[in-house]
Amino acid sequence: MSTAVYIAVMAGVTYLIRMIPFAFFGRKIKSRFFRSFLYYIPYAVLSAMTLPAIFYSTGNIYTAIAGTAVAVALAFFEMPLIVVAIAAAGAAFVAGFLL
Amino acid sequence: MSSAFTRGMSHGIPICLGYLSVSFGFGILAVRAGLSPFQSAAISATNLTSAGQLGGVEVIRHAGTLIEMILVQLTINIRYSLMALSLSQKLDKKFTFPHRLAASYGITDEIFAVCSAQKEKITPAYMYGMILVAFLGWVTGTIIGAAAGSLLPEAVTNAMGIVLYGMFLAIIVPPAKKQKSVLLAVIAAAAISILFHYVFTAVSSGFAVIISAVVASAAAAALFPVSEKEDEE
Repeated sequence: MSTAVYIAVMAGVTYLIRMIPFAFFGRKIKSRFFRSFLYYIPYAVLSAMTLPAIFYSTGNIYTAIAGTAVAVALAFFEMPLIVVAIAAAGAAFVAGFLL
Repeated sequence: MSSAFTRGMSHGIPICLGYLSVSFGFGILAVRAGLSPFQSAAISATNLTSAGQLGGVEVIRHAGTLIEMILVQLTINIRYSLMALSLSQKLDKKFTFPHRLAASYGITDEIFAVCSAQKEKITPAYMYGMILVAFLGWVTGTIIGAAAGSLLPEAVTNAMGIVLYGMFLAIIVPPAKKQKSVLLAVIAAAAISILFHYVFTAVSSGFAVIISAVVASAAAAALFPVSEKEDEE
């Protein structure tokens, strides 16, 4: 099968997954439970994606722990996203030389 | 250029930087799987998602069926439906149907996260600005990774693997610090996800994320239903 067909199918499915709920569920959701559910979803999704994957993100669990600790500390003090993100990588990079 | 568009672009810069490093890795993997740099870039430009693209490249490499491709994409990317639904609740009136058709292309984990962290309603211009910058980072990184693969020192590419997760933490920690309910959702989702990773290993990572997030959010919604006021925030 041609690679172009695979790519087209991938792109089509991924687009429809995003587009259908975004374009066709415009009205306000009335159910309080469901609205609450949707309020918590972003935090829960990001948390589930981050843990435990973050510990395997640098190829070395100790440098990853160093990066995670720095990120959590800076995030706790509400530093901007980019500062937290780059500092995490910086900490992992430095830890790589110390270990 | 509207101020919403430029604001979207500036909010997209951290996403762009994170994407540069992640898509760089995708480019390397895609070429290893036998794709050309052009095909790799085409996948990144049309899909704009990390895990789904990696899953797709695996299917291509094994010459899998189209049904398999569809199921892999559905499994890994179905979380975008939840995000799209959540985001559809905080759209500005300017978000007409054609804008929804266009902007839905750019609902990624990070763009969703930054958009839902905004206090005000989301306008099409704001979202387009953010998508444009993120798109440039994603496609550029893929091309560089595919074309120039292993030129960077390993210590740099390894350390860059944590960038996007660092950004996720920057998004979830501040509200978790302030609201017990968000803290509960975050801890529950992490705990279930960890269980899947170490105990129920037969579940694919895409499904593990879906189940963890749905269970944790449902529990938080049952215990701490949000008021209209909180919901607007």
